[in-house]
Amino acid sequence: MSYFSIAWQWLTSDQQWHGGDGIPVRLAQHLQYTGIALGIAVIIALPAGLAMGHLRRGGFAVVTLANFGRALPTLGLLVLIFVLTSGSVASWLVPLAFLAIPPILVNTYEGVLGVDADLTDAARGMGMTEWQILRKVEIPVAMPLILLGLRISAIQVVATATIAAYIGLGGLGRYIIDGLARREYNVVAGGAAVIVLLALAIQGLFTLLRWLIVPVGLRRQTQVS
Amino acid sequence: MITFESVTKRYPGGTVAVDALDLEVPDGRTMVLVGPSGCGKTTSLRMINRLIEPSEGRILLDGRDISQTEASELRRGIGYVIQQTGLFPHRTIVDNIATVPLLKGWPKAKARDRARELMDLVGLDPAMARRYPYQLSGGQQQRVGVARALAADPPVLLMDEPFSAVDPIVRATLQDELIRLQAELRKTVVLVTHDVEEAIKVGDQVAVFYPNGKIAQIDTPQRLLGDPADDYVENFLGFDRGIRRLAFFPADGLDLQAGIVLGDGTTVEQARRAAKQAGESWVLLTDAGRLPRGWAALSDLESRDGREMLAQMPLAPYGHTFRVGKDSLRAALDATVLSRTGLAVGVDDQGRVVGVTSYERLRAAIQAAEEAADGQGARPS
Amino acid sequence: MSWAWDNRALLAQDTGSHLYLALMPILFGIIVSIPVGVLCVRFRWTWPPILSLTSVFYAMPSLALYLVLIDYTGLTDWTVIIPLTLFSLSVLIPNVVAGLRSVPQPVRQAATAMGFGTLRQVVQVELPLAVPVIIAGLRVATVSSISLVSVGQLIGIGGLGYFFTDGEQRDFPTEIYVALVLIVILAFLADGLLVLLRRWLTPWERARDTRATRRALSATVRGSRAEGVS
Repeated sequence: MSYFSIAWQWLTSDQQWHGGDGIPVRLAQHLQYTGIALGIAVIIALPAGLAMGHLRRGGFAVVTLANFGRALPTLGLLVLIFVLTSGSVASWLVPLAFLAIPPILVNTYEGVLGVDADLTDAARGMGMTEWQILRKVEIPVAMPLILLGLRISAIQVVATATIAAYIGLGGLGRYIIDGLARREYNVVAGGAAVIVLLALAIQGLFTLLRWLIVPVGLRRQTQVS
Repeated sequence: MITFESVTKRYPGGTVAVDALDLEVPDGRTMVLVGPSGCGKTTSLRMINRLIEPSEGRILLDGRDISQTEASELRRGIGYVIQQTGLFPHRTIVDNIATVPLLKGWPKAKARDRARELMDLVGLDPAMARRYPYQLSGGQQQRVGVARALAADPPVLLMDEPFSAVDPIVRATLQDELIRLQAELRKTVVLVTHDVEEAIKVGDQVAVFYPNGKIAQIDTPQRLLGDPADDYVENFLGFDRGIRRLAFFPADGLDLQAGIVLGDGTTVEQARRAAKQAGESWVLLTDAGRLPRGWAALSDLESRDGREMLAQMPLAPYGHTFRVGKDSLRAALDATVLSRTGLAVGVDDQGRVVGVTSYERLRAAIQAAEEAADGQGARPS
Repeated sequence: MSWAWDNRALLAQDTGSHLYLALMPILFGIIVSIPVGVLCVRFRWTWPPILSLTSVFYAMPSLALYLVLIDYTGLTDWTVIIPLTLFSLSVLIPNVVAGLRSVPQPVRQAATAMGFGTLRQVVQVELPLAVPVIIAGLRVATVSSISLVSVGQLIGIGGLGYFFTDGEQRDFPTEIYVALVLIVILAFLADGLLVLLRRWLTPWERARDTRATRRALSATVRGSRAEGVS
């Protein structure tokens, strides 16, 4: 049997949709972890990125952090913090939130920094305060990149939360880790399918958000990516 | 009234962008700052709305030191137009124009109404109100930029190379529009350009900068062309300044010859007599409505029977005309140079012939105008 | 550190396999992305569908893809190499396209006017000028790939990732720490080599090095738009 029929059979079997190990519960857990980690990352990275972009400072720090975040192996980070904290509750949250920060920070920073100097000059010359320039000009113009950063982070967190099942976190990763441990390939296959679908749903959600939030006048200039 | 009192801008590292500048821009006039790049003209402009703060000296707006007004408050009372327009790509045209009124707390509906009024004023099709900047041509975008600067009806307008990014034909149109708007609105305008033609065309006064942030000469365009302060200014003004200067002298100062302008009832004999009496070798034939028809040569007239009608004679085309009440001596000279006969036809607003001018008559008019011009020069209209 | 010394043979062996698993996908990525990128620029209509496809690849969690592939490739190196190749493509193709598009129009027109054939123009004019942007993408792809290999350890193929699971099972942070640092060092080393490669390939950028650095920095930052996901 191919992967797809195995996954399909598992997904459509009635028992996967009920009980504490059912898809709805696991999905809800997964979304909850993702939401918390992403929320923390947004609270830290968004204001920092906006401020650094507006002040045109800290580019080197942002690039270094982005490189570092990219180079850091997620599994290693999860396992290390888990072992060092002897398995405390927060051991999954720190790496998840930490890995979600660079994409938001980098794209927000780059988005605001990339706003045409003529625009901010005109805005300032017309008498906007610094705060008004940020709110009325820089944020709307940087919005496509800010959303992109959020999307990359969201997908990153969904993927990392899956791996965090290895250190005992709930959510959709359980199917994979437990399935691998018990050598139940149909569970692994089904779990992988749900995760792929979730990633695609998030991708879709952000495409929708883009249509809702990004001003019409800017859409032509930035390509869908 | 904008007053610079020995204003200096020095950057860290010692570069002096503007050096002890004294400048006065009277109310309702256009002051053009012109000079090579890096001469401090843009820095001077940007100090007026405090985008740059002077290192020394002060700038007064209607007698009040601008550093005493909160920067954003000050800027809302000063229109600002820049080369690359700086239009907000995420806002529609009407909302772009309404920016300053909204910043000043006007209700949205009132701000938009005002924005539509301004679109009309600067010659933009109202159908463009809901479009976005990227949907407009460069010239249209620049009109939006001007409308946006005028939206809150500021008494002062700062324009930084406003027409440099558009092609020459559009640029000429926008310059004409600015002159028209200015005649109507009488703002206090400071305009920066590197194009000396533009400076002479739109300025009531022109300040020519040396490359080092000092001013070489501040004068009316006419006096600048007629009496450059030094070699630098003369070189900067470029070739042809003598002829360009004639654009500031109205053609109605010409003493026109009317004796050789003859109607279609004239005979060859009468025409000969008129030409000889005037000492000219051509006569101009007009029709019953005094519209020009063409030149007849005295040599031709002499070989004909005196009883023939002038209207039957072979005629040379009358060429370019100039409008006596509207055009300048430059236009009259141009028409004369282009004319085969060395004579040019001056007409009134309806195109009816007023008289004819020649090189000698032009020379006399230019001389008289130059003598008179050492007082105040009039703008070409 | 004495642990690292004692286990140097194993570390060296796993570093080797780690690099193999991480760099093969980059190699394949370069081989595929350059012709595809050229195609996307020449025939504009191919770009939107290919762009959508790359953005779908890059959204896939790597672990899920490894698992899907097990059924087809068994537990072999290919199970890791194929998904990582897809990731590298999702970074490299957009960068090749962006790089080719960054070639100034006048340069392109001058080349055409001088009689360059299509292929010759791409190879001799456009690709060399696109090198800085392509290498910026290559840096992102390589660093991500080196870090992503370790996830493969969850299915038993993960190079240095072995020490993560082993350390977790033995509750021995040292080996986790050592492998973690080693991976980050490998990633930065590869990144540095690519910077040197760019300098070597584009000597004309050196004259305006500050500007080139700024542009490359910004391209690297922008590269994270299409960064691989664990």
